[in-house]
Amino acid sequence: MKTEIKTKKTKGGLMAWVDERFPLSSLITNHLTEYYAPKNFNFWYYFGALALLTLVLQMITGLLLTMHYKPDAELAFASVEFIMRDVSFGWLIRYMHSTGASLFFVVIYLHMFKSLIYGSYKNPRELLWLFGVAIFLCLMGEAFFGYLLPWGQMSYWGAQVIVNLFSTIPFIGPDLSEWLRGDYLVSDATLNRFFAFHVIALPIALLGLVFFHLVALHEVGSNNPDGVDIKKNLDKKTSIPLDGIPFHPYYTVKDLIGVSVFLIVFVLIVFYLPEMGGYFLEANNFIPADPLKTPAHIAPVWYFTPYYSILRAVPPIFNSQFPGVAAMGLSVLVFAFIPWLDRSKVRSIRYKGDLFKRWIALFVVSFFVLGYLGTEPSNVWGQFSNAIPLIGGIDKATVVARIFTVTYFLFFALMPYYSRKSKTLPVPSRVTYK
Amino acid sequence: MKILSKLFLIFIFVFSNVGFTNEHLTLDKAPVDLSDQASLQRGAKTFINYCLNCHSANYMRYNRLKDIGLSDNLIKDNLLFTAEKVGEPMKIAMNKKDAKVWFGAVPPDLSVEVRARGSDWIYSYLRGYYRDPSRPTGWNNTVFDKTAMPHILWKLQGDQKLNEEHHTLELVKPGTLSAKEYDAFVGDLVNYLTFMSEPSKVKRLHMGYYVLLFLGLLLVLTVKLKKEFWKDIK
Amino acid sequence: MANHQDEKIDKKKRSFLIAATTVTGAIGAGAIAVPFLSSMTPSERAKAAGAPVEVDLSKIEAGSMITTEWRGQPVWIVNRSKAMLDDLKKNDPNLSDPNLDVISQQPSYCKNATRSLKPNLLVLVGICTHLGCSPTAKLQTQGDMGENWSGGFFCPCHGSRFDLAGRVYKGSPAPINLVVPPHKYINDSTLLIGEDNKG
Repeated sequence: MKTEIKTKKTKGGLMAWVDERFPLSSLITNHLTEYYAPKNFNFWYYFGALALLTLVLQMITGLLLTMHYKPDAELAFASVEFIMRDVSFGWLIRYMHSTGASLFFVVIYLHMFKSLIYGSYKNPRELLWLFGVAIFLCLMGEAFFGYLLPWGQMSYWGAQVIVNLFSTIPFIGPDLSEWLRGDYLVSDATLNRFFAFHVIALPIALLGLVFFHLVALHEVGSNNPDGVDIKKNLDKKTSIPLDGIPFHPYYTVKDLIGVSVFLIVFVLIVFYLPEMGGYFLEANNFIPADPLKTPAHIAPVWYFTPYYSILRAVPPIFNSQFPGVAAMGLSVLVFAFIPWLDRSKVRSIRYKGDLFKRWIALFVVSFFVLGYLGTEPSNVWGQFSNAIPLIGGIDKATVVARIFTVTYFLFFALMPYYSRKSKTLPVPSRVTYK
Repeated sequence: MKILSKLFLIFIFVFSNVGFTNEHLTLDKAPVDLSDQASLQRGAKTFINYCLNCHSANYMRYNRLKDIGLSDNLIKDNLLFTAEKVGEPMKIAMNKKDAKVWFGAVPPDLSVEVRARGSDWIYSYLRGYYRDPSRPTGWNNTVFDKTAMPHILWKLQGDQKLNEEHHTLELVKPGTLSAKEYDAFVGDLVNYLTFMSEPSKVKRLHMGYYVLLFLGLLLVLTVKLKKEFWKDIK
Repeated sequence: MANHQDEKIDKKKRSFLIAATTVTGAIGAGAIAVPFLSSMTPSERAKAAGAPVEVDLSKIEAGSMITTEWRGQPVWIVNRSKAMLDDLKKNDPNLSDPNLDVISQQPSYCKNATRSLKPNLLVLVGICTHLGCSPTAKLQTQGDMGENWSGGFFCPCHGSRFDLAGRVYKGSPAPINLVVPPHKYINDSTLLIGEDNKG
């Protein structure tokens, strides 16, 4: 069998040339055309691909913005208006980036929720979940650093508040804050380094983590709404999972629908409602940053509000704000522990029983209520009358926030108990379409 | 699960209807109509003649007024007061330090003021002045208490007085414009300021329509494509 | 249970749908590329900075020149005396491109003996066509340029020489004549650099 050196550039020839030097064909086979995904993916399974799309969108629009944006405290605000007015289609790129940032969080929260309800974090997908938590943390950082860049009032004071949180950490706090800021207050030094983080450090980290996330996913294969392990039922002849279908073309084609719908929502917002009532682009951020004038009402962007609510709900203990800060940090980090908190024998909420379902519902309600409260000042509902014992004189919203902070953490803290206690239903051996 | 998704959608709609946080202030609705070029042009003239002495609009280039139907020559002949060329932005000569000393506060740049405060706020503000001898300028304002800005348009509006009991304003000395004319005058100005805050707004509303049409087509095709391929799956 | 007939129909429909969706997607991708690429074109700020420049000609005496700036480049306006204009033809044998064959170096309305709209007024971009230095004006004849020098410009970087119509001498490192920018006269005493009547 003589090996021929292919000189003719036929289509087959080109692929063969590449394949001798790079495993392109086998990558396509192993990860697309012969990568088997469960055939019962439902609505909740669109959001992984949409997250990837949003990441690409943010990187492209971000690149174009960086061509015109100036990361200098004297020039930043003006450079954003320059993009909005003087750069051809600059307004479009800016709105795509600001809308994309908010939609990124919508998509990611829905994606996380899918994993939560279908048990996609359970063995053998714990590492997949942990990569996801790491991505979520990087995304929060990316959004936080990015939000300072327009250098508006909300940008400035939001950054000021969050960096000051670090100063509550015992012993190292104030020095740490100064090191983060690069100055004694949030200033040009802070802006420039946040720009560096936002444009280079975190995007690279995100790309790496997303890659690992997908590698981990393909190693074990995807979960599904029934939590059934499709690899347990293989075709006797081909060894292909009976409930599996090739990702390409079936899910590439299905994801295209998801992409189209997403783009319609995206375009509706970008072209008709880019400010989203002040939640995506805040009114106060159209006022240039002024270190001497604190706005009447500082609120983080909507996607951080649940955690902000938790921060505010925890009162100072021993004259330190640190417990609130720690609670806020824990409220995000606690997600990492779910694979080990959930002791249910069953993956999917469909078979986990009513008790577990009620806790999930309570968690979702807590998340939304805390989220809403975080957008408002603590006195938004007034105070309880002084006559009432214990809660007399305290802001009503604060009391509610405290209640839901407790339920939020109980969802995690009690999970080892109720996940075991909840009466499970028998799990089918094959997937169902529900 | 369907219930949760429905709940989620409801939340989105609720949030999208929340507007600016107004601190217990009832504001009059500004008659903004970005398609009314005559109104926008009148407003531009008012802005340049009355406001551009103290308030800069550093992000607005004079030649952007072509979007509201003014040619370069018209701009050069009638409106080019603080610059040499139509391509230049609407800067002012007054420096910030002096302004702080003279007025107590630096008159803010108005390029994006409507996006920061809202057109209703500015419309109500410019009509909310009343005589107040306790203030250094002799004027106060129902929308912005103890404002440092004097009532620049007082000759046109006349003098208003605050009725403390009902917290309403009464015209005690008429100006050169009737109340209705003054409202229209301010309306034109606020219309212009709204345009100036986001000159590309009309363009984006127009473009969005075509993009949505295209995406609608794409959606139809992708649904058909999926359904066709998924016939294979039992 | 798909029979052979069904499968055939399916394939056609599939091919059509794949093609239709791909084409629509490609159009979409192309459409979004337009604003993205357009954002890299000169902004309104760049266009304003690069806007045409007006020059007052009343103070330029015959035989002298002034330098102004347009799009970040020096522009010379030389008011040539009658003697300077008369001598131009004599330079022709010593020039690389006396007849202005390289038409990219001047607008069509300056492809003439004096390389100008008004005979006496020469407008040139003061950047050497060799490697971009700005030549020194040597308007007077002879002097430190030697007895054969009939007036013009000398580039100190690598020794290129140009005559009083901005045309390059043979033997210069510079290959082509100095650029005449687009320009027009608003009136007899005002020149507008950067805009002309050609649309």
